[in-house]
Amino acid sequence: MPFQLTVSPDFTPDHISGWYIFNTWLQKALDEGVHLELYNNFNDQRSAIQSDQVDLIYANPYDAAMLVREKGFLPVARPGGVADEAIIAVRDDSPTQAVEDLSSGIRIAATDDPDVNLMCAIMLEPAELNAENTQRDEKESYPLVAKAVIQGQVDLGFFLAEAFNSLSGVTRKQLRPLVTSQIHIIHHALLIGPKLADKQQRLSELLAGMSEDPKGSGVLQSLGFDSWVKVEEEEMEFMIDLMDTLTYQPA
Amino acid sequence: MHDMNPDDIVGDYREHTLTFQDGSSRHVLVTDIESPYPDGRLIVSRTDPAGIITQVNHSFVEMAIYSEDELLGQPHHILRHPDMPPAAFKDLWDTVQKGEKWHGYVKNLRKDGGFYWVLATVIPNVRNGKITGYTSVRRKPARRKIEECIKTYPTLF
Repeated sequence: MPFQLTVSPDFTPDHISGWYIFNTWLQKALDEGVHLELYNNFNDQRSAIQSDQVDLIYANPYDAAMLVREKGFLPVARPGGVADEAIIAVRDDSPTQAVEDLSSGIRIAATDDPDVNLMCAIMLEPAELNAENTQRDEKESYPLVAKAVIQGQVDLGFFLAEAFNSLSGVTRKQLRPLVTSQIHIIHHALLIGPKLADKQQRLSELLAGMSEDPKGSGVLQSLGFDSWVKVEEEEMEFMIDLMDTLTYQPA
Repeated sequence: MHDMNPDDIVGDYREHTLTFQDGSSRHVLVTDIESPYPDGRLIVSRTDPAGIITQVNHSFVEMAIYSEDELLGQPHHILRHPDMPPAAFKDLWDTVQKGEKWHGYVKNLRKDGGFYWVLATVIPNVRNGKITGYTSVRRKPARRKIEECIKTYPTLF
């Protein structure tokens, strides 16, 4: 029975083939059979984690606490120079110029991406907006969030900054970022499960050296990363504590 | 911890002496100049179990005006503003030492005598069942909440 690798469902569609290429590299590196399973949404992926089907995961930071503290996963690496940032965008001709111009009852388009939704919810707090006094319209992808904003179905959209910047020029021209996060310390990370715990150190080292190796740099390119950087356990615990503080909603 | 230096202060200032829970005191210089909390940022710091700063992020440095070197190794109350009721910090310490999270609206003092309001959350860093330090994360507060604090905090002294 091969081990299972899965990827946070918010990865950009352009990099699907990159994850298959990475999985081939991973099997050689670990000298183990590894099957890549891509889940359509976070709920399906969390069910698989709860039933212990997942052995390696490129995890969304929102799920890191559950993976590390409840399921015994260990941090391996994170992509170098990349952090998760979020953008709240309105239609370009919207009269809204600042978050404080918004009032209760607004309609929001968002995906099910949990860390982006959390960061965007925090950026709406200065206007005292929260889940109770806003309407959320969940979309399957960021281009669909953009479409809903442009067509005026909603007042604003929540975006992963990387996804916003990957929208076509024509689409982006019809949108205007209202506020952009600059948090810098929230990031996805590759985590390894208890069944493969003895391979954590070796895998960290191999990943850290990947950008130096011609074959490895090709794999990185297909993932859209410059490098992998080793993540120490305390660094991961720090991010989990930080995410925990963000789950507090002011009354 | 050093008293505040008049050369660092921007604008007219008032003088106060703060006495902290550990019995130490500090002469502070305070102006009425507020710095708005920047959109999209989190101000993050960590301390050891005694409240000594061990880590600050760029936004912390930018808002407090102190350099990173001036902050590391200092007690976290280097940011204490005389308008903050000591009861708030007693509640903070009582809460986090029990291993629980604390939330509150805080008026922080800058090196230049000005101030900025934050919504702060402090979480104990629990490692192997022990508190090894604290992480504090501040975000932009709603203005109406600040106005409430401006009214209620003076009644808590």
